[in-house]
Amino acid sequence: MVRLIRLFPALALVLLAALPAHANAPQHFTLDNGLELVVIEDRRAPVVTQMIWYRVGAADEPAGRSGIAHYLEHLMFKATDSLEQGEFSATVEAQGGRDNAFTSWDYTAYHQRVASDRLELMMQMEADRMSNLRLDLSDWLPERAVILEERGQVLESRPDAVFNEQMRAALFQNHPYGIPIIGWRHEMEMLDDTIAESFYRTYYAPNNAILIIAGDVDAGHALELAQRHYGSIPANADLPLRSRPQEPPHHAERRMVLRDSRVGQPYVSRLYLAPNRRAGDQREAAAFQVLAGLLGGSPQTSVLERRLTYDEGISLSTWAGYMGTAVDSGVFSLGIMPAADVSMQEAEDAMDRTLADFIENGVDMDQLERVRMMLRAAVIYEQDNATSRARTIGADLSVGLTLEDSERWNEILQEITAEEILAAARQLDRRASVTGWLMGEE
Amino acid sequence: MNPLKPLALTLAFATPLHAEIDIQPVTSPQGFSAWLSEERSIPFVAIEIIFPGGANLDPDGAEGAVSLMTGLLSEGASDLDAQEYAAALESLAGNISFSAGRDSVSLSIQALSENRDQVIDLARLALIEPRFDEAALARSRAQQSAALERAARNPNTIASRAFNEMAYEGHPYARPTDGTPETVADLDRDAIITAHQNALTRDRVLVGAAGDISAEELGEILDRLLSDLPEATVALPDYADFTAPPGVTVIPFDGPQSVIAFGHGGLPRDDPDFMAAFVMNEIFGGGRFGTRLMTELREIRGLTYGVGTSLASASHGDSYQGRLSTANNRVAEVVEILREEWEWLSGGGISEDDLDRIKTYLTGAYPLRFDGNGSIASILASMQFQGFDIDYVNTRNDLVRAITLEDINSVAARLIQPEALHFVIVGQPEGLD
Repeated sequence: MVRLIRLFPALALVLLAALPAHANAPQHFTLDNGLELVVIEDRRAPVVTQMIWYRVGAADEPAGRSGIAHYLEHLMFKATDSLEQGEFSATVEAQGGRDNAFTSWDYTAYHQRVASDRLELMMQMEADRMSNLRLDLSDWLPERAVILEERGQVLESRPDAVFNEQMRAALFQNHPYGIPIIGWRHEMEMLDDTIAESFYRTYYAPNNAILIIAGDVDAGHALELAQRHYGSIPANADLPLRSRPQEPPHHAERRMVLRDSRVGQPYVSRLYLAPNRRAGDQREAAAFQVLAGLLGGSPQTSVLERRLTYDEGISLSTWAGYMGTAVDSGVFSLGIMPAADVSMQEAEDAMDRTLADFIENGVDMDQLERVRMMLRAAVIYEQDNATSRARTIGADLSVGLTLEDSERWNEILQEITAEEILAAARQLDRRASVTGWLMGEE
Repeated sequence: MNPLKPLALTLAFATPLHAEIDIQPVTSPQGFSAWLSEERSIPFVAIEIIFPGGANLDPDGAEGAVSLMTGLLSEGASDLDAQEYAAALESLAGNISFSAGRDSVSLSIQALSENRDQVIDLARLALIEPRFDEAALARSRAQQSAALERAARNPNTIASRAFNEMAYEGHPYARPTDGTPETVADLDRDAIITAHQNALTRDRVLVGAAGDISAEELGEILDRLLSDLPEATVALPDYADFTAPPGVTVIPFDGPQSVIAFGHGGLPRDDPDFMAAFVMNEIFGGGRFGTRLMTELREIRGLTYGVGTSLASASHGDSYQGRLSTANNRVAEVVEILREEWEWLSGGGISEDDLDRIKTYLTGAYPLRFDGNGSIASILASMQFQGFDIDYVNTRNDLVRAITLEDINSVAARLIQPEALHFVIVGQPEGLD
């Protein structure tokens, strides 16, 4: 039995133009074994993307096994009951397709993009490796060397990445969001096939996955193919609840300095704990998102840039960001790169002074209106890229939001008032923050 | 028993797709030409404009001028200062972005149909009447210097620069596109105005457009945007010789890994064997999983996170080059394997089966890139920049299919020279002779 939930997002809110004919609302189905299916039709070109999202990531790893979620992502391209190692990607490639995968704290996703007449083969293979991975027939040891090289290349060779890793580790006092996705090197070195196998058997199951088909496909046909290839995979009745260690109240702000000879330009970075988007309750998170847009969303007109880079010349650049699409906690960030002859302390003070004045003086309504206009336009620009919509929906559903939440998000952002934005700004609590200075050698 | 095989076999013989993009040539009333893919289902248009020349046009000693000038185009125009200009664009929800490269300056525009004319007016202001205010210049110069300081401490940039300096001695390609901290510090407003006159000209311009717009509307826009630009006066550079001698250059750099940039001379884009060389490289090291080098270095030996090679055939020079990172204590092994792989390739290592597989891949993958108005506009401009015919989209897969193993082996024997390889190694490599 298949449940069909057709959504009618309030696209009428888009006052700019008539609804494009092909901009079908995503369609959502759930198979009997718990697999969710979302179909985004875009028939302009004969191309389709399949993405499968597992609701498991680095924050679900057993203690001491950091990196296993990402290591397993690599191992998923090895042998299965019916494919030799490497054959998955070789087959995608032989069909002229592209495939890859990525891991975050809250999800692990795999995707292929192919000519639409080759979708069924992709679904057949993706379903196969959901339950038939054979690490006993796979060379897992060289792949561990690969992830260690990856850590060396994308993290350890870049002082800004090491700095960011240290910042997060200090921000989260108890939650595994403080552990790097790729893992700590000393724990990565201990990972093996048995640990990966156990993680795979625990979390890779249809009732822990979201399948997204985006592009040149009919929703009914996609559903039929999903039933055929994924429908017979049994659900995992013992799927663990997603309950990670939560943060205690924070009482003291943290500060750090990282010095590294490879740093070309010093900067100040601040991370705050912030609320996350919650199913059916996204307004608070939306206020932080718009706050980040006002403070740092434009390289010319945002509050920090206008004052510190343009008017006062204190900074070379500034930034503000908000990451709220997460199961347990959001992160709000601020940063400033000081101009020559401006000290780190002066830059940090100027950033804090600007934030305080913003709270004091209130929101510039012209600026807020421009942000709203850009949000409305984003709905139109996003129609141009079904794959990027698939990514947004996949991430949202993976962290426990519903498809309705996902489709409503942009609309909620436009409803946020100046009062809500200021309330969010006042909520930023230095006691729940880390401030770091990344600097060259003395 | 392999339940997947039958379906795979069936599909391997499926007819490869064509890109199914209808491209029309457009000529404006004043004679500007463009390629257009009209697609009306989403109410916005993407326009990509390439101005050939780029950083090559920087005078010696003023390296970085075109790059700095390009950044300043977004910092105020006519009676709008930087803040007012950005606010005007934001209130229309349009996108106008400029970027400078070694061989060109690009302008990308995205505009909603409902206010397209206003966005085009803003783009025209930036292009024709930039202010180049002294305050904006000072700020941008400081930002570019800071970026150069960062780049000077990035092992990838260090490796690329060192490779280019040796590969194209005496040619503009040997110079850094964004300049050096010294040259950028010396760039004054006159240098920026000169760069503007040199790099954005009405007789060196290529246009691609896709989305909700007709040929007539596009022609009118081109005249409005481009007709007040000056004529080009500075010549483009001659074609570069590849000058790096064989050998190994080590540049000490702290860190757990070494970056290795390697290569030798390549092929010009108009070489009759260019397509064969392109297909050969896709099999050997074309930057995907499943290439010969990825299999040998990553899959089998775990020596690197990724390795890629490319037929770096640009407007005014060429090379065949590659890049990877590896742990310092494995550099010697990697260099030895690369030399062996070069021998394998030049000695006719590629098989008929390798060629068949890559043809299926390349012909199947080609339509995938035409995904959305932004990508299509960019591809249409870039095809003109690279000198392709307007029907190339429809003939390209046939050209790929026509390549034989004989073609591959003959171009490999000519192009691939194990003894000519130069390796630039940035790190603390161990065990090298």
